[in-house]
Amino acid sequence: MAEMNAVTAINQTLSELMAEDARVVLLGEDVGKNGGVFRVTEGLWNRFGARRVVDTPLAESAIVGSAIGMAIGGLRPIAEIQFMGFLYPALNQIFSHMGRIGQRSSGKFRVPLVVRIPYGGGIRAPEQHADSAEAMLVHTPGIKVVVPSTPYDAKGLLYAAVEDPDPVIFLEPIKLYRLGRMEVPQGRVNVPIGPARVARSGDDVSVITWGAMNHLAMEVAEDLARTAGISVEIIDLRTLKPMDTETIAESVQKTGRAIVLHEAPRTAGLGGEVVASIQEDAFWWLKTPVRRVTAADVPYPPFAWEDWYMPTKERLAGAIREALAD
Amino acid sequence: MPDAWPLYQVIGPEANHPDRVKPEIAVKIFNDMVLLRTFDEKTINLQRQGRVGTFPPSLGQEAAEIGSAWALEPEDWMAPSYRDHGALYVHGVPFSHVVLFAMGKGSSIDGVARVLPSSIPISSHLPHAVGLAMAAERLNQAHIAIAYFGDGGTSEGDFHEALNFAGVFRAPVIFFCQNNGWAISVPVSQQTATPTLVQKASAYGVFGARVDGNDALACYQVVQEARARALAGDGPTLIEALTYRIGPHTTADDPARYRPLEELEQWTGAKDPIVRLQEYLEGLGILAPGEALRIRQDATVFVNQAVDDALNSAPVEIHSMFEHVYQTIPRGLALQREELERIHGAMAGKGGLHG
Ligand SMILES: Cc1ncc(C[n+]2csc(CCOP(=O)(O)OP(=O)(O)O)c2C)c(N)n1
Ligand SMILES: [Mg+2]
Repeated sequence: MAEMNAVTAINQTLSELMAEDARVVLLGEDVGKNGGVFRVTEGLWNRFGARRVVDTPLAESAIVGSAIGMAIGGLRPIAEIQFMGFLYPALNQIFSHMGRIGQRSSGKFRVPLVVRIPYGGGIRAPEQHADSAEAMLVHTPGIKVVVPSTPYDAKGLLYAAVEDPDPVIFLEPIKLYRLGRMEVPQGRVNVPIGPARVARSGDDVSVITWGAMNHLAMEVAEDLARTAGISVEIIDLRTLKPMDTETIAESVQKTGRAIVLHEAPRTAGLGGEVVASIQEDAFWWLKTPVRRVTAADVPYPPFAWEDWYMPTKERLAGAIREALAD
Repeated sequence: MPDAWPLYQVIGPEANHPDRVKPEIAVKIFNDMVLLRTFDEKTINLQRQGRVGTFPPSLGQEAAEIGSAWALEPEDWMAPSYRDHGALYVHGVPFSHVVLFAMGKGSSIDGVARVLPSSIPISSHLPHAVGLAMAAERLNQAHIAIAYFGDGGTSEGDFHEALNFAGVFRAPVIFFCQNNGWAISVPVSQQTATPTLVQKASAYGVFGARVDGNDALACYQVVQEARARALAGDGPTLIEALTYRIGPHTTADDPARYRPLEELEQWTGAKDPIVRLQEYLEGLGILAPGEALRIRQDATVFVNQAVDDALNSAPVEIHSMFEHVYQTIPRGLALQREELERIHGAMAGKGGLHG
């Protein structure tokens, strides 16, 4: 088994999926000859040709909109949006059509479409290249949203997404693209859409998170275990929609304390939804209020401010200590 | 200066294209135009009686709707907007479904392949047609996609993105724009500074054709030609069909607030697409005297039946709102469905809200 980072894992998966199924086509900006701005589609244009790895004009609405048509028409399109900050021209397609076709056609048509979107911050990126707008997508009925935080999950979830009969948004944490390698097998890897992953088990407090924040949580958990004997359980949601509220509830019922950690702005962020689910399913087990550690409600700032804007290890550790002190 | 975008005409003194429509097809086109007119008038009345919700009639646009759709093959993809029940009917969607849709009872397309649900956000379905065409072409299927939209639709970003995409990929797609003069209350002169809509085709490197949208046979032929070009690998066509919306935008609209009666009068009578086709076919002896009257009478019977089918349909049930959102309903969504069924099911049982 080979060790690889997330970029290689996704690239290998795309390659396998395309070799297996001639209906799979990639489309997006610079995905062809250039292999994508993050090199995720490297080599695929050479291997599969320009009709299956399609460099499109700069037009996000048409990328997602035409991919919806392709999916209905019998292909298995995988569209790439170059950065989440440039998804917004395509939101009309996502809000108005992607998740509605099934219901609006009384099940006549399904939209087996995957939209891959590099997202998230902490990478000293130029302005508007680090957004984390998952809450808008999760709020949209009829679609699914997944976020792998390991190369292995990236592979498994991408298989699941492409094979799913319904539209799936596949978020790729930019910060994790080349951070950390792990063993990923050749061929199909099974990570179903839906179940969360207990990334670390513990007894004192549950941290519910996803994407790049999972790594921050792991570091904090290890520090606190070593220095303070605190046992942190980490739930990596992996699928944001439909959300695995059962695993969240199970964890919080065990620990009695919960912290939601995300890098998106706080207000109406997905953290609020997680808190609501805890309130519904684990209220009587809580020993302390559920806390949120998030980015601030400001537009993603130029990167000189980034380290204050994003949740830090200190903030998460502080929230954990507070929860335990109550 | 010569007109760079001549109006394609088959019927009338200024006809510039020979009639290549088989007589039996021409009669079917006439028949379906009468059906559409009859259906629209009937459904407007139903709305006035409160039996269906808001309805967008296509009064005056029968030639464009019916003529264009008759040029398609059954396996061609159609991406319609809300005013295209005429084209939908020709492509296989029964009028009863259109009534169900107007009754708020769901999909406009139940049971029929190759027609997308009518698009409500203006022009947002144009990229879908491009994708459908690209899929057909990649899967080596010999069919095309056609999108229906209006003059107002040419101002949307998706119109631009879709035509640009289609041009770049030479997708076998037809953009069928019915310029009916108005986008609700805004005239086409305020929609664009260009004298025509069709000339926008040039900017995308796609073929453009301007057709008399009240000439059903011209609409038929121009789509047929665009279809042949698409299948030959010569790419997309933008068609501007010049027509006129005789009626209101929808049953909720009052055109008297914004449009002069004199303008309307110019488009009724001799310019009416049904009158034009009837006179033309009668002149050629393709329609025998009295046949048009019989077609009108039959249309009334047919439309009444379709409407009755819809009005007599069973009440909707809560679960079908959830049914097709995902192929397999996720657990959390199933819980929401059960919650609603528990609450409203009980009320319905007591003769409550939804009985
Ligand atoms: C994106 C969007 N904006 C606004 C509306 C509201 N609206 C419905 S129809 C219409 C006018 C459309 O005119 P046109 O494209 O000429 O088509 P027509 O109604 O004449 O067939 C408007 C503004 C809408 N449905 N979608
Ligand atoms: Mg109009």
